[in-house]
Amino acid sequence: MRIGDPDFAAPADAPAESTSPLDLLRRFLQGDLASLRVILAIAVIWIVFEVQNERFLSAVNLTNLFLQITAVGLISVGVVMALLIGEIDLSIGAVSGFAAAVMAVLNVKHGWNPWLAVVAGIGTGAIIGFVQGSLFTRFSIPSFVVTLAGSLVWQGALLKVLGSTGTVNLTNSEIIKLANTFYSPVVGWIVMAVGVGLFALITLSGHRRRLAAGVTSEPLGLLLARVGVVAVVAIVAIAILNSDRGLPLALIILFAFVIGFQFLTTRTVFGRHLFAVGGNAEAARRAGISVTRIRVVALTLCSSMAAVGGILAAARLESVNQSSGGSNLLLEAIAGPVIAGTSLFGGRGSVWSALLGATVIGSISNGMYLLALESSVKYMITGGVLLAAVVVDAIARSRRQAEGRV
Amino acid sequence: MNGKGAPILATKGVSKSFGPVQALDDVDFEVRRGEVVAMVGDNGAGKSTLIKAIAGIYSIDAGEFFFEGQPVSIGGPNDATRLGIATVYQDLALCDNLDVVANLFLGQEELLQGPPGVVRALDETDMEHRSHELLEQLSVTIPSVRSEVGTLSGGQRQQVAVARSLLGDPQVVILDEPTAALGVVQTKQVLELIRRLRERDLAVIVISHNLANVFEVADRIFVLRLGRKAGVFDATSTTEEEIVGAITGAEFGNEHEQGEGAG
Repeated sequence: MRIGDPDFAAPADAPAESTSPLDLLRRFLQGDLASLRVILAIAVIWIVFEVQNERFLSAVNLTNLFLQITAVGLISVGVVMALLIGEIDLSIGAVSGFAAAVMAVLNVKHGWNPWLAVVAGIGTGAIIGFVQGSLFTRFSIPSFVVTLAGSLVWQGALLKVLGSTGTVNLTNSEIIKLANTFYSPVVGWIVMAVGVGLFALITLSGHRRRLAAGVTSEPLGLLLARVGVVAVVAIVAIAILNSDRGLPLALIILFAFVIGFQFLTTRTVFGRHLFAVGGNAEAARRAGISVTRIRVVALTLCSSMAAVGGILAAARLESVNQSSGGSNLLLEAIAGPVIAGTSLFGGRGSVWSALLGATVIGSISNGMYLLALESSVKYMITGGVLLAAVVVDAIARSRRQAEGRV
Repeated sequence: MNGKGAPILATKGVSKSFGPVQALDDVDFEVRRGEVVAMVGDNGAGKSTLIKAIAGIYSIDAGEFFFEGQPVSIGGPNDATRLGIATVYQDLALCDNLDVVANLFLGQEELLQGPPGVVRALDETDMEHRSHELLEQLSVTIPSVRSEVGTLSGGQRQQVAVARSLLGDPQVVILDEPTAALGVVQTKQVLELIRRLRERDLAVIVISHNLANVFEVADRIFVLRLGRKAGVFDATSTTEEEIVGAITGAEFGNEHEQGEGAG
């Protein structure tokens, strides 16, 4: 319902969006429901691979899949912070490797307490993000140039820190527990129940508050249906994980960060200003928002999450070496959120897209591995999927522009 | 004539140049409570520059600002906002990717009660409630306060922008070309909105190219020409010819100046 003519302006209390099936279909096709589109894409990918190889949807493989996407998913959460303000960080791969190396060297070679070393690793990421963000805002250098240069610097720093051996083993360190801890079925069910319970509580209390304040709210039935879907998905997921090794700590860490950043971006002043800067930086500035501060904080969070992801990757690999943070990590961490609907042009997207995008990319590479495809084919297929995703984003954007919704 | 007492906002000897271009040259300006002052002038006369200087967007090279008779410095948009000066720009300065509520409250969001120091959540319910109230008071009609601003029509966006400026309880409201690019009906609505602002005892500054609109709504008309003040005229006693003369600097321009005259 695009209102161009004032005569057609509805009263101010009309419902925000029609929820008729036809309208939902139209929004779906226009890319407004990018998340649903991605979930459907994941379903298709899973079915295709399951048909090719029945081990794909086994509990073991799905647990492996989730462990495989943890690191890149965490990095992508940070990437969303940069994308929301319309910037990009090309140093995340190198930063994830360097931060993990700092942690590993402090822990293994200097005998630091493992958790202190983890904090130092994340702090390294934060400082790098702050420095790069400050250079970007202070000298108005495009963020991709600053972070591209940074990428080389931190790659060199990684080699320097690792020293002549070029690798640091974490085999005897506590840190590998981050990626190798699995909880018993009972703990899994408790975590699930608490999580779904909190979600239901927040959803319904929000509904009650809105009704009490006299503003429109989504129909109760729709909200209950949403809670129901989340509960079913959570139960199925826990059942699958429990039939293998149990709920992994790494997955809890991933979800904790996703939910935390989802709250930060959608429910706080900082998050609102993040979207405002990404949508119209000049408008944000005139509204009294410190655009510089928002940009620096966003890039600091981005680098910090790159460090968190790098540390999880190191824990899973049980070592840090010269190729840590290299390979496709950078590309996959940026492509994930974009595939799942976060715009490369700023102001549109969500933290969930980090999780969904990582699942798409992770599923494809996991499935191709199971099918034992040649590297040549894997590269081409992965590249094709990334290209297709960016094309979809561009189409959604030009549709919005055609409707005057830049 | 509307407007009473001492000026609430005044500038004295304000100058501003962009490189070799002297955009403002020794400009004195004042506005009182409950008064609508129209600011007119040809393209490049310095109207927008003066407005942006008052709003804290541009820093001035020379001159002083007075608010309620006291000298003040306006170093940035926040200073202007703190004094109670709100500006609605021609390019509206709205975020198309945010909804109406988010745009209305941008930079002055309301928060839920919570422990200080912890990240506090936005009070969406209260902001939405107040948005409804405000838009109703101003008779603004939009599909929903949860519509993305990018989906609204030009007139609706203008109304949202004006409503937004009122949220901080300002004393001075500056409107930059509020009726440009609007249809007849929507122009009337916006002019009506301006009269309502005056009834609220606000000081209103309106930049406009449309002299018919200016005469319809303004109490005084302030003319800028080539960055200099070309005169101030009482809207009830002047004529369109006289204003055009001042704007264009026609041969008799200087003789028609009132008040302090051009520098």
